[in-house]
Order: sequence, then C-alpha cells, then structure tokens
Amino acid sequence: MKFLKATVLAVAGSMSAVVFAADITGAGATFPYPIYAKWADAYKTKTGVGLNYQAIGSGGGIKQITAKTVDFGASDMPLTLEEQNKAGLTQFPAIVGGVVPVTNLEGIVGGQLRLSGEVLADIYLGKIKNWSDKAIVALNPGVKVPDQNIVVVRRSDGSGTSFIFTNYLSKVSEEWKTKVGAGTAVNWPEGVGGKGNEGVASYVQRIKGAIGYVEFAYAKKAKMDYIAMKNKDGQFVQPDDATFQAAAAYADWSKAPGFYEILTNEPGKTSWPITSASFILMQKVQDKPENALAVLKFYDWALKNGGASARELDYVPLPTALIKQIQDSWTANIKDAAGKPIWK
Amino acid sequence: MQNAAKSMDIEMTNPLAYKALVAEESRKNKAFKYLAVAMALVVLLILGAIVLSLLTGAVPVAKEFGIGFLFSKEWDPVQHIYGALPAIYGTLVTSAIALLLALPISLGIAVFLTELCPIKLRGPIGTAIELLAGIPSIIYGMWGLFILAPFLSEHVQPAMTEWFGDLWLIGPLFQGPPIGIGIMPASIVLAIMIIPFISSVMRDVFTVVPATLKESAYGLGATTSEVVWDIVLPYTRVGVVGAVMLGLGRALGETMAVTFMIGNANEINLSLFESGNSIASLLANEFAEAANPLHISSLITLGLILFVITFIVLAAARVMIAKAEKKEGVR
Repeated sequence: MKFLKATVLAVAGSMSAVVFAADITGAGATFPYPIYAKWADAYKTKTGVGLNYQAIGSGGGIKQITAKTVDFGASDMPLTLEEQNKAGLTQFPAIVGGVVPVTNLEGIVGGQLRLSGEVLADIYLGKIKNWSDKAIVALNPGVKVPDQNIVVVRRSDGSGTSFIFTNYLSKVSEEWKTKVGAGTAVNWPEGVGGKGNEGVASYVQRIKGAIGYVEFAYAKKAKMDYIAMKNKDGQFVQPDDATFQAAAAYADWSKAPGFYEILTNEPGKTSWPITSASFILMQKVQDKPENALAVLKFYDWALKNGGASARELDYVPLPTALIKQIQDSWTANIKDAAGKPIWK
Repeated sequence: MQNAAKSMDIEMTNPLAYKALVAEESRKNKAFKYLAVAMALVVLLILGAIVLSLLTGAVPVAKEFGIGFLFSKEWDPVQHIYGALPAIYGTLVTSAIALLLALPISLGIAVFLTELCPIKLRGPIGTAIELLAGIPSIIYGMWGLFILAPFLSEHVQPAMTEWFGDLWLIGPLFQGPPIGIGIMPASIVLAIMIIPFISSVMRDVFTVVPATLKESAYGLGATTSEVVWDIVLPYTRVGVVGAVMLGLGRALGETMAVTFMIGNANEINLSLFESGNSIASLLANEFAEAANPLHISSLITLGLILFVITFIVLAAARVMIAKAEKKEGVR
C-alpha cells in the first residue's frame, strides 16, 4: 500500500513537472532546424522544458516574432541594427553552417572539381553555359571536364540558404551584385527551381550536367558530389566543419553592430567561403519575462553544451569568446516592461 | 402522422389549444427557414470576406504598379519590382494543355464505361478512377518528379524535338532542353490529375440518358458511335460542360504537383520544354519567406487574379450552358 502510494505520488509529481514547465515556442529558419531539434531533445530530458520549433522559413520567423506570436524567431538572414531597432527586436547568432555547390558530372567525383566565386557567379548569371568553358578548364588542370551543357539549379522557394548563396555571389561578382543582388528570393537570371533542399538535390542528381547548391549536411546525407571553392585568400578548400570553423573564427563580431555579420567570403587560408551563421531574434521589451528567460536559459545551455551534437550534424558551434559577447547583449537589450534586464 | 392525428384531435375538442399549436408550429417552421437562409448566407459572407481581404491586400500593389502589374514580366524580390504576367501565362498555358490532353481521354473513359464496357468490369474500373481522384496532389508531384520526369527527359522530349522541332510555326514549341521539368511536363501531370474528375462526372451524366432514347436510336439502326455523338452528348451537353469546367478549375488552382514539375522560373518562353511558373506555385514558393509589405501584397494580388480567372471560367461555363439551353428552347 505504501509502495503504491509512493508510486502514485511520484508519477503525479513527474507529470505535474511536465505540465507546469512551460514550453518555449520558436519559429523560423529551416537551415538550423535539425540542430535546434536535437538540442531541444537533450534539454527536455535534462530540465523538462520543451521547445516547440516550427521550421517555417526565415521570413516567416521574422514575421512571427514581430507579431509576438512566438517567444523567439530564427533567421538565416540577419537584420541590420537599424532594422532591429525599427521592429523592436534584438538578435544574436546561434550556430554556424555551410552551403556547398553540388554537381552531377560523369567521371567527376566529390571535391575533384574546383571553381572560383567569379566563375560560379558567371555560371549562375548564365554567361558560362558549358562545362568545357575555358574559365572552368583553367581552374582545373589535370581534370577531364566534360563537354556538356550546364543546367543551373536553384531554390524556387524563398530560403535562407538562397540568401547565403546570393550574398556570397554579390561579394565576389560586381555584375551579380548590380543585376541580381542578395535575398531569400531573387530574380534568378538562369535555371530551374527546386523546392527545398530536397528539390534542388533531386534535380541535380537527375539532370546530367547540373549544378546546384544545398546545405552541407544535406549534401553529405544525399552523398552528392560537391565542389572545392577558391576562397578570399586564393586557396582551394573543401567544405567540412574545419573550414566552416575557420571562416567563423575570422569574423570580427565585436565590430558588428547588432551582430549583423554575414560570414561569406571571410579571409583566412582555410576558410570556406560560403559559410553563414543562423540568428535568433527576440523582442527587446518582453511582455512575458518568464518566457524570455526560459529562451535565454535554453540558448545559454545550448551554446555552452551543444557543441558536440552540433558537430555530429555538420554544424559548427560558436567560438567561446563570442558566447560572452552574446550574453552581454542579452543583458543590455532584453528587458521586461519595467526596463529591468531579464538576463543577469 | 402522429402529430397530424393529434392536431385533428385537438381541433375537434379544444379550438384554443389548436390555435396555439398552429402558432407554435408556424414559429418553428419560420425559425427553421431563417436558420436555413442564414446557413446559405454564410457561404456568401465567407466569399465576400475573402474577396474583401484580397482586395485590401492588393491596395499597395495597385498604388505602386497600377494595372501594369498584370503586364509586367519582371519579378524581382530584391529590388521589389513585381509583375504577374509570367505566372498568369504559366497558369493559363498549363491548364489549357492539360485540358487538351485530358478531355479526349476522359470522354473515352466515360463512353467506354457507360456504353461498351462489360457489366462485370464496370465496378472495378469505376472504382479505380475514383481512387485516382482521391490521391493527394503531393503524391502526383513526387511521382512526376521521380518517375515521369526522367522518362520524359530520356525518351519523350528528345523524340519530340526530332519529330516536331523543325516544323514550321509549331517547331519552336518543341525545342529546348530535355530535362523533364517545365511547362509540358507540368501539363502532363495536371492532365493525369484532372482525368478522373472529368471522366467520373461525365460517366454520371451519361448514365442519366433515358434508355428509351438510346434504344430508339439503336432501333432505327444507329451505331454505337452515332448514339454517343447524336444522342448521348447532345442530351448531356450541360453536364459535360460542367465536367470540363470542374477539371479546368482544378487545373488552374493546383499547387504542389505543379510546383514540383514546372521549374519555377518567372519567364515566358515559347518552348514547352522550358521552365515556367504558375500563380499557385509562385504563392506556395514565396509566401512563407515574404517579409516586405510590397512582396506580400504582390502575392495576395496574384491570389486575387487567380480568383478572378477562376470566376471568369465558371461564369463563361454558365453563359455557354444558358445559351445552349435557350437555343434548344427556340428550336
């Protein structure tokens, strides 16, 4: 009898813990979704606080947090400090990842083909139409590049991945910058559009001579042939967590107001040029301080303890020095209605 | 029955109570009538609300681009220049081709099922068609992308370019990259999707043709094809037009399958092999990420345009049917 009573009490107790621990709600970017889901899982086991994250896209994340329907929004496209202030938001980076160009070329395996940013931009501008173009051959001595038409594949849906990719092309090609520019959706001069990473991957895998771009973890999972890129220092680098890490380390976050820093085309001998951070957006003035504190506690835990699981999924955790800066910005920017900082 | 007996009973014995009963019954009847009218009005109300919200959503576009929005080919979310022409073109062309492909096949299926098919096979084939209609559109999209597109790109499109590519006038329609994705592949998937709808409605209207009419025709020595052309089709004209419009309506608004197959490029190309875009797929692709007010407004305006196109199609069908009926009356 005593045992039964104890069991009932214990079960009731654990249930009430689950019931009363308010879940955090977030919405936005699809790019960091796998790692946020993994962190949330581990955090829930540890604290009982769950995370309800809806991967609806970066633009959707910005919209939802501006409308205050979620506790935080997530976006691969950072807002400038001015934009943040206008919307009453503050942002911080949470994770770093990479975007990689992938191809489907007979006889050419992953990492064998080398491209520079300028050539990649010319391909996506539709100026280079064949793989045997002399610009490509010149970058690939010793590689037998096939005489085949290039089929350009890109995202059809608005996407943070597209933003990172077009942002990079804008930095390396003046013509891309003036003609197309950077955005989650742009006026693509060339190519067919696939929906989501899956859409792009399946088009590239099916169409011979295709080139596309996907998030690195996706390329690895789908076993696609990626390209080695020439970085800002003129070195050819392969995409992996070491080269993403190198790019992240070169970023000078302390000089970026409102953490507006896009990690594409960073200097450094081993930096992967199409690297990016993904950002978290929160309201500056919190109507529900306890929810905001729960979010901050979650990211405090994730930034400090989530590195190993991030690497497992081919993301790169933030440098330790940056975590301190981020937490200082929490104290400075996220306040309750009375103006008292929520994070201490 | 019971009530009637009871009321008669009361009418005899207690006229006052009878009056009260009649008043109550008529009140109930009135309440029922108002309830039914209210339910019917809900539809109009919802429709009105949708139109109103689409119209208000379209105001920024009307201010910025005016009527030019309909004719501009540019769609640039970075510089916030928006034009609807490629999406409208893609929607109309894919739907038209889909209807062109689906109509003869659906007619064949319906005629076969009602006139030629052995009784034993009617059940299974009819059920199979209804099953086809029940498959979610995303499945059609996936099937199109993974199975149909490779087949088209390897076998069908190169052959078509070879056969028709050099022909005068229609040649340019069949030149282009054979990658299995584009206006024509999207139209083919759309056609497959609307065949079950058109054919099952056609079958249903064909079965209501009075047997005596057909028997008379056969009795006069008419062949099956003559019966179909001269008896069944004229008799069911209204229903057939309705079936076609149902299919067309579905094709115009289809989203997922088209998104997978059409290539999603905001361009207008003569070639049917090139990528295009439709209103529905453009909305599906960009709504989630659109943050700029003008971008959102442009997408809502596209929704309004799709609404208007569908409305025009349905209205045209009504007018056609009314004219046909009038003509019949005159004769």
